[in-house]
Amino acid sequence: MGGTGEVARPHTITLASRSHFLNGLAMPYNRGLHRFATFTAGATFCLLIAGALVTSNDAGLSVPDWPTSFGSIYKIPHMVGGVRFEHTHRMIAEFVGLLTIILAVWTWRVEKRRWMKALAVGALGTVVAQGVLGGLTVLFYLPPAISSAHAALAQTFFCIAVVIALFTGRRWVEEVPEVELDTRRPSLITLTLLSIFVLYVQLIMGAMFRHHGMSWWPHVVNAPVVALVLTWTAVRALAVYSKIEAVRRPAILLLGLLITQLCLGFVAFLTRVAWGRDAVQPELPMVLSTVAHVAVGALLLATAVVLAIQVWRHVPVAFAERVPDGEGSPVAA
Amino acid sequence: MTLLCLGLLILAGCSKKEEQPAAAPEAAAPAAPAATPIDPATVASVSGTVKLDGAAPKAAKIDMSQDAACKGTNNAETIVADGGNLANVFVYVKDGLGTRTFDVPTASVTIDQQGCKYHPHVLGVMAGQNIDIKNDDQTTHNIHPTPQSNREWNESQPPNAAPIQKSFAREEIMLPVKCNQHPWMRMYINVVKSPFYAVTGPDGKYTITGLPPGTYTIAFVQEKLGEQTQQVTLAAKDSKTVDQSFKQQ
Repeated sequence: MGGTGEVARPHTITLASRSHFLNGLAMPYNRGLHRFATFTAGATFCLLIAGALVTSNDAGLSVPDWPTSFGSIYKIPHMVGGVRFEHTHRMIAEFVGLLTIILAVWTWRVEKRRWMKALAVGALGTVVAQGVLGGLTVLFYLPPAISSAHAALAQTFFCIAVVIALFTGRRWVEEVPEVELDTRRPSLITLTLLSIFVLYVQLIMGAMFRHHGMSWWPHVVNAPVVALVLTWTAVRALAVYSKIEAVRRPAILLLGLLITQLCLGFVAFLTRVAWGRDAVQPELPMVLSTVAHVAVGALLLATAVVLAIQVWRHVPVAFAERVPDGEGSPVAA
Repeated sequence: MTLLCLGLLILAGCSKKEEQPAAAPEAAAPAAPAATPIDPATVASVSGTVKLDGAAPKAAKIDMSQDAACKGTNNAETIVADGGNLANVFVYVKDGLGTRTFDVPTASVTIDQQGCKYHPHVLGVMAGQNIDIKNDDQTTHNIHPTPQSNREWNESQPPNAAPIQKSFAREEIMLPVKCNQHPWMRMYINVVKSPFYAVTGPDGKYTITGLPPGTYTIAFVQEKLGEQTQQVTLAAKDSKTVDQSFKQQ
């Protein structure tokens, strides 16, 4: 380095502008918007459970038409058999769609952060695409690719709803982030992004299995990989940055959900693959365990996304920047 | 958004099972070639009994409580064997008929939905032959065949509705039909090109009549136990017995 006339020093000069971007000082806390966003995320979680119930009860085609239900836009059909699952799912989906439209318009009108406006519009686009996928899978008799895309996009939308609730929260808007540089390799942000990636792969493989597009074994074989990556991520976060509450809480939740999810996955495997292979109808233990597995999987993915965002905010990566000799030390803002 | 919809449609097109020629009876079908004549004075028959080796599994009782209109009791029909006699086995001439063609019967066959159960559980029909699907229950069913080589469809049928009339254009064995409103409801339609088929009754017996003399491969197909075949040579006016047994898996 001396030979080149440069020195490597930790780079901190961008922290001020980064913090300014990440915290919401330009935007006062809007309690109504935050509560509405949180409610939308909660309704989306209910929608996920309703969708999982449709799949586990093999009720996806019990209402054979779309966008109408038995030829009607507004009439509620006789809610028996598979219809009660499918039509309930459709009604909750319409409600979540309405909530998302309101959320997008509200955000567009009151938000000063441009990226939040973009996120709200993105949420609206995602929910529209999700509705179209749901309709296509009915019209094309549940092809595995479309049904799996519907399942994966459902959890993507849930994550978007959760992060909108996060970004509109009082802590995010008013708190000055406590920042600590990450000097380890791989960095914690890399681990969190890797966690999201393996979870997403796991989600797609699980959805493909549930929708008869793939055998069960890729999902099961990938489970230890997911467990390893998530444990590594959470343990690193807790071991090094546990004093940052915004990182500690999702890391603890991630570990707890991971253990729960592994147990649920085992039970779901037993009830569906090992014992339920020749079942003549969907049995309650299978339905409960598989629906819970989907629901906790969605919570796990959303927690990993929240952890990644909080790590990005609170634990930026320290990197060495080559500063020519004689130009002095970088100045912390 | 337009691009997204276009992409989704392309994806759907890639995923969807291959479209087959329309199977609805009302669709105009090409004129069938004239049936190959069979001398009625020489026809032979084959009959027999299909057995199950090993103890029959206890039929699972189906819980129909999710729809109060589903009356009565209902047991799984995956393997129905009484005293070792195996019911619901589809028996047909798989090979040996050469290029012979046969008239499609003008009479329809009927599938009845009664007690939230299909009657019969296994059905044989010729390609192009009409099937009348009735609903005798006071609840809505949906009829959803999931074929491999015919066109898939899914239609609901409310109580007291007129029968749905359908046919299948291509040969297909053990084509599953299900009701997504009552997920235990399942039956199988066997679509064949010749009239030489039968389904074993509760006594495990079957009879196929009217066969021209020749050497044939007789196939026995059970929904869970799979397919087994036997060869038989029939002389004029022969009446042979071909029994078959399936091993319990």
